[in-house]
Amino acid sequence: MSQSNARGGRWFFIKNVEKMSRVTTALSSNAITGRTMFCHLDASANAISVCRDASQVVVAGRNIFKIYALEEEQFVEKLNLRVGRKPSLNFSCADVMWHQMEENLLATAATNGAVVTWNLGKPSRNKQDQLFTEHKRTVNKVCFHPTEVYMLLSGSQDGFMKCFDLRKKESVSTFSGQSESVRDVQFSMKDYFTFAASFENGNVQLWDIRRPDRYERMFTAHTGPVFCCDWHPDDRGWLATGGRDKMVKVWDMTTNRAKEIYCVQTIASVARVKWRPERKYHLATCSMMVDHNIYVWDIRRPFIPFATFEEHKDVTTGIVWRHQHDPHFLLSGSKDSTLYQHMFKDATRPVDKANPEGLCFGLLGDLAFAAKESLISSDPSRKPYPGGDRRYPIFFFKKPDPTEQFAHVSSALSVFETDLASNRMDWFVKTAQLYLLCGKPFAELCDHNAKVAHELKRPQVSTTWTMLRIMFSDPANLTASGQNLNLSKLGTLPLMNSFNMKESGAGMGPESRLERSKGESRQDNSHLEPGNLHISNNNEENEETEGSEGQAEYMFGDAELDDDDLYSMEHDNPTEELEYTLPQEAFPLRHEIMDNPAAPEHLQQDKSDSPHVSGNEAEVTCLTPIESFSLISISQPLFSPSLRPASSAP
Amino acid sequence: MASEKGVDVPRALVSGPSAFIPAEQTLKGELDQDILIESFLSLGRADHATMVMALHPAYLSCFLRAQHALLELDGPLPCHWRHYIAVMAAARHHCSYLVQQHSAGFLEAGGEESWLSGLQHAPIKLRSLQTLNRLLAHRPWLITQQHIQELVCPGAEPRWSLAELIHAVILMAHAHSLSSFVWGCGLNPEPDHIGGYTFQPASPGHLPHSPHSPAPEDGRQELVEGAMEVEVLMKRMVELQQQEEECTQEEMVTRFERERSERIPTAVVRGAPPDLLLHLVEDPEFRYEDFAPRGEQSPPTMRAQDYSWEDHGFSLVNRLLPDMGQLLDEKFQVVSNLTYHRMAMHEGVDTHTLRKALWNYIHCLYGIRYDDYDYGSVNVLLERSLKLFVKTMACHPEQTTARIYHSFWRHFRHSEKVHANLIVMEARLQAALLYTLRAITHYMR
Repeated sequence: MSQSNARGGRWFFIKNVEKMSRVTTALSSNAITGRTMFCHLDASANAISVCRDASQVVVAGRNIFKIYALEEEQFVEKLNLRVGRKPSLNFSCADVMWHQMEENLLATAATNGAVVTWNLGKPSRNKQDQLFTEHKRTVNKVCFHPTEVYMLLSGSQDGFMKCFDLRKKESVSTFSGQSESVRDVQFSMKDYFTFAASFENGNVQLWDIRRPDRYERMFTAHTGPVFCCDWHPDDRGWLATGGRDKMVKVWDMTTNRAKEIYCVQTIASVARVKWRPERKYHLATCSMMVDHNIYVWDIRRPFIPFATFEEHKDVTTGIVWRHQHDPHFLLSGSKDSTLYQHMFKDATRPVDKANPEGLCFGLLGDLAFAAKESLISSDPSRKPYPGGDRRYPIFFFKKPDPTEQFAHVSSALSVFETDLASNRMDWFVKTAQLYLLCGKPFAELCDHNAKVAHELKRPQVSTTWTMLRIMFSDPANLTASGQNLNLSKLGTLPLMNSFNMKESGAGMGPESRLERSKGESRQDNSHLEPGNLHISNNNEENEETEGSEGQAEYMFGDAELDDDDLYSMEHDNPTEELEYTLPQEAFPLRHEIMDNPAAPEHLQQDKSDSPHVSGNEAEVTCLTPIESFSLISISQPLFSPSLRPASSAP
Repeated sequence: MASEKGVDVPRALVSGPSAFIPAEQTLKGELDQDILIESFLSLGRADHATMVMALHPAYLSCFLRAQHALLELDGPLPCHWRHYIAVMAAARHHCSYLVQQHSAGFLEAGGEESWLSGLQHAPIKLRSLQTLNRLLAHRPWLITQQHIQELVCPGAEPRWSLAELIHAVILMAHAHSLSSFVWGCGLNPEPDHIGGYTFQPASPGHLPHSPHSPAPEDGRQELVEGAMEVEVLMKRMVELQQQEEECTQEEMVTRFERERSERIPTAVVRGAPPDLLLHLVEDPEFRYEDFAPRGEQSPPTMRAQDYSWEDHGFSLVNRLLPDMGQLLDEKFQVVSNLTYHRMAMHEGVDTHTLRKALWNYIHCLYGIRYDDYDYGSVNVLLERSLKLFVKTMACHPEQTTARIYHSFWRHFRHSEKVHANLIVMEARLQAALLYTLRAITHYMR
């Protein structure tokens, strides 16, 4: 605020402050309350907007234009602005905006190219005020100036933006984007004269409202259309853009060249983006196609949404935060003809359901494994960061609300390198050559493939084929071929425990040279030796590792930590393992699968067996963990309402 | 030498790629050689469609890229299936040119010859596309999510995956619209097609020429008239751009409906499909039907603003068939921006309004309405003979005749008429896709 636009002049600045403070007061004196609720509209909405005091919302669409009051328990229809027996296309709205200073003033963008203003103070039933028909094509967006009562901006499919003075009958200036289709226009919240426009060809332009002859700046923000943009409410330089390329990007506009500082990859084209009030790093998005959810992202954690609202049954077309200083209420309209108020506390938190483990094979058989740090380390003394998180400033008096924080997840990443000498991938080629996938009855195919896998010393795969046969083939054949069908009996066999995932995890233990294969007359003994590395300071390459934290810092692991702690596993039952022999006749090993617990629960329950490889391949390939990274990350406090960190995360 | 051994040597019957356009017009030196070389290398031949399209090299290159991706690159459907689907689609418009092209492709890709002798020999899964094929070709506005559901939902037997289905849909729509182009440009059969060669020795002194070669331009009177038409059109385009006419909502709707239901008498009798195609077409009587005049049971209009290629179609296609959305998008963009700033004998003309009118007229014939377009312009800019051509091509391509081709835009270059053809072809493709993609979106909802 204190750096208000130099060009803007003192007067506007003062005015600005006055307005802001007035609004703020309004909130504190009359705190918003409510609950998650919805109401049915008669038609699908294209856009919504709230009035300044957050007490009413307007919904606009092709066949709807109504105002609802937001009451404690419900939406109440206040006014239908669509009047007349056969409403004209001027009522077919692509966008709507409620003036943030003049509570009786609304503007709509019509699909036929009209820009219409509405005066709720009119005594007549028809509230239409002004009608501007200067655009030749659909108007995609209208935007009131945040502080100037009479200034309205429009952006149209015809490639033009027009600025209207509502006291005049015609536009006062026209801005040519020199390109088809303006998708969004937004006045800067801080710079009195500046507005941003986004285009179908992927460009974003910055204009000075006094200079209609040419844009101040232009850059390509996305491949394909940029459907939306939004200025950060507090930070003058930040502009968020969303595109058909499924990305949300945050641009720092204070530098000479617009600089992309954050990028969030969503799963569908981004139709709307709105910064969350009072949260510097949060923004909400919704999509135009396929995906009906609303996401709130912490832009520093671009791989998983911070919160999700999943109520809508068709695409969400309009989102707006109910009050410009309240982060807890989000309103949304949708093609499913409903209007929702979402309470932030009722949002789904995807991170709670996310699997914090990641496993990936490298091209040459190397194996990387990332897991929650707490799972990896069984040593209680190994605190992630004993000194506490230094990024909580000492004067951070407000205790952070747990619902406003991403779960602290710190991950450890281990990389196991394949011993090249014994790295035999012949089985892969042979498997490809010998498998039969058609041409015989199903059961025979399974038997054949089971046999192939068995001969290639891949007993679990072999068993899987057998299972497949049992599960999906004719039961008559089954009884003929299987003798050990009594699964419960098999379940009591002593050898089963020894052949489970824990053991394969243990197989990678440093000191254990595991002869798991002896019963199977296997040649490639698992042979694993650990060596490891500790990585100090911020390890940026690891940001993208699944399960690790986006922008979190990776701290030096305790260097003195005994590496064996990481990988040594208690063998559940070494003696049992000795007893383990694979029946020569191979297949009836179904019980193995039955006995294997589902991986995630297993991991969570048992902290000791972490570098835990739950694939079949892992047992065949000989793994030597010559490098293992121990990375400990600490997530940072994700917001600080009262202060902006001087340095943001790297 | 072959003939000495008693082997019949075939002789090409046709000269030049098109029966409507004189060969020398398509093979002018101004052509972009590179693109022809490129297509020759990728297709193994420069077929007639390519040679005519080469009049617009910018378009040809993205057309070939999209077609290549559709037929050859990685995708959910096996190659021979793709060609067979194209055969099924082209057969709906009696386009023996494409049927033969894709039959050859089908066999090359290892397809079983018997399938080509009749639909009943093809796998039931392919045959289950017939309804969609029929609707897509003639009345795409009737496609609903039920049609999609029947093919895709669990329990459907045989079941299509969404990715396979969208691949098939694009293949069909591509073949339908390409059929329009083939008919609209009067493409000659390739030398190896039926009708493209003969074993009869040439009669001495008789130059091979196609059966329906253009009527020679004759009569000064007609030339003068033609020139007048161009002048009038130019004037109207300028007027339209300046015009600030306000008209009521009612009037706008009326104008749209008038264009949509205007009686453009396309050929009355539709011939039966040629023998070659007879058994590849099911229910040959099903065809485009004129929208009834307003008030009667006309199917609802689709509002372009509610489901557009840019906002919706693209994302869906790209999601289900990565990269295909991009390739189609490129094609649509190139076609809608293609201009040489000239019209007939005039240079430096902004033809935007004319191109827009053509595009929107075709979408109008398919029931797609733009809220922000005044359909009065269509009536002003598109003379009746042009409308006849466009409507025939877009809706009943198999009825295109040389006469229809030659009677519109008499003073324009052939390349400009081919340009019009491209617009019709792409607008038609987009319209058909939009309806199907909307149905798929509804199904996925």
